[in-house]
Amino acid sequence: MKKIKEWFGFFLLKASAILILGIVVLLLLFIGIQGAKVINLEFLFSFPKEGMTSGGIFPAVFGTVALTLITTFFSIPFGIGAAIYLSEYAKEGRLVSFIRASIRNLAGVPSIVYGLFGVALFVQSLNLGASILASGLTLGLLTLPWVIAVSEEAIKSVPKSFREGALALGATKWQTTRLVLRYATPGILTGAILGLSRAAGETAPILFTGVCFWLPKLPGSIFDQFMALPYHLYILSTQHYDLEKVRPIAFGTAFVLVSFVFGLNLIALIIRTRLRKDYG
Amino acid sequence: MRRLKEKAIHLILFLTAISSVFLILGIFALLLTEGLKTFRDVSVMSFLFGIRWNPEAYGQPSYGILSMVFSTFLVTSCAIIIAGPLGVAVAAYISEGAPHKARDIIKGAIEILAGIPSVAIGFVGIVLVGPLITKVFGISGLSGLNGGILLAIMALPTIISVSEDSLRAVPKSYKEASFALGASKWETLTKTVLPAAFSGICAGVVLGIGRAIGETMTVLMVTGNSLSIPKSIFDPLRTMTATIALELGEVAKGTTHYYAIFGIGAILFIISLATNLIAEHISIKMRVKVE
Repeated sequence: MKKIKEWFGFFLLKASAILILGIVVLLLLFIGIQGAKVINLEFLFSFPKEGMTSGGIFPAVFGTVALTLITTFFSIPFGIGAAIYLSEYAKEGRLVSFIRASIRNLAGVPSIVYGLFGVALFVQSLNLGASILASGLTLGLLTLPWVIAVSEEAIKSVPKSFREGALALGATKWQTTRLVLRYATPGILTGAILGLSRAAGETAPILFTGVCFWLPKLPGSIFDQFMALPYHLYILSTQHYDLEKVRPIAFGTAFVLVSFVFGLNLIALIIRTRLRKDYG
Repeated sequence: MRRLKEKAIHLILFLTAISSVFLILGIFALLLTEGLKTFRDVSVMSFLFGIRWNPEAYGQPSYGILSMVFSTFLVTSCAIIIAGPLGVAVAAYISEGAPHKARDIIKGAIEILAGIPSVAIGFVGIVLVGPLITKVFGISGLSGLNGGILLAIMALPTIISVSEDSLRAVPKSYKEASFALGASKWETLTKTVLPAAFSGICAGVVLGIGRAIGETMTVLMVTGNSLSIPKSIFDPLRTMTATIALELGEVAKGTTHYYAIFGIGAILFIISLATNLIAEHISIKMRVKVE
């Protein structure tokens, strides 16, 4: 009797794990199989046609790539700067623990709240208007806590003896830090890319800060509006006048979006494993 | 000269770090100042406890958020009822029962799940989960239940990883003592390890709740966005986040409607802060207990 209970208990745990595995495989296969049917070079590199019922998704791909680059431009320097300060310069105390608490809590703020903040600050107060710049800044703020956390982790993993050696040779604090950074670079890159992959898939923060349903041409400057993959998918699956007809394109968009996000993750993973090989 | 450079660098790095503090205070201050302006026209009571939300009604606009707060609560409860037990079971399997290879595969799958953009999960909710709900329950697929299921999927990675960490933090000596007393593997898990990790698991569930409350795109896409107060999880409903996403685009700046949306944002911000702080408090308590 006891044995049966034991077996059944662990069986339930195993079944839960298999269920999760099943959900993930189902999600990926579902998007993958239906999406792969419509993906080709023309789909990726042409504009939508006839009210989006045919043609490709090039402006959305372009918009997402451009937006991701702008996000990088803002979140990386700030994120890495903060990580260096926290791991190399800061003396633990009230102020530093307050900084850390702020970073942890920022990571939990809902993305739609970042969107509200972006509208009020960047679009209206700073007068940037609804633009790819305002969206990039908003996403930069959203990814900041993630970039800080992973970068700090990477910097901390550089052995202490590196620092001691440099300091013993008479290097200044900054010279020492630069040496440490050189060894932490792959780890920092991993963190940065993971942060970006999160930004690339976000919809709520860009809804009102610059993304657009349809544009006849690509954005010409950072002050223009843009199209983006997540928003395109949202529109095609809920707001379009002929939802059934655009479903294949929606599947294609979902496929490209998920691939883009996983592509970034894969790059991060490769950098991480290489890092382990070099210093492990 | 050299010292000056060192000092300047120190200062710059400090400023980048302190900017996080300014950011979170800035977000809060902005939401609060804009949100509080709602109360120029609307009483606090009718904002928080009013059932009708109809800001654009001609003549008699109403700004009651109770029905969307209740909707958020309903969908989140549904999500946690599904994801809580499931997540803890998976965490227990990974940390106590699984062979190494299975563990790596499951952890990889959970990482992948955490990386899927919410809009893609919402899309799957529309084309797969919705029709399935219609088939099984004979109701519209776009309802609270669909949102609850999707939010459960999105809260799972958080719950699993935090629970697993706390299960792993249980000292080995606890288990050894349990085995030495003749307890079986299952008894050790349910009577020793899980109770010892209980507060950490609670922290994970609380973080999962926070994540589900703040999630926007999935609920926006699959819950039907009906403004009436839902009678059950099978009704269409509209959450706080969905309301912001649906209405911010059309509202004119400086109107009561505009301020009321920021008011909803302020409440969401406070909830997310509260869930984080509660989770942190619980896990600090656990660490003290184990040590």
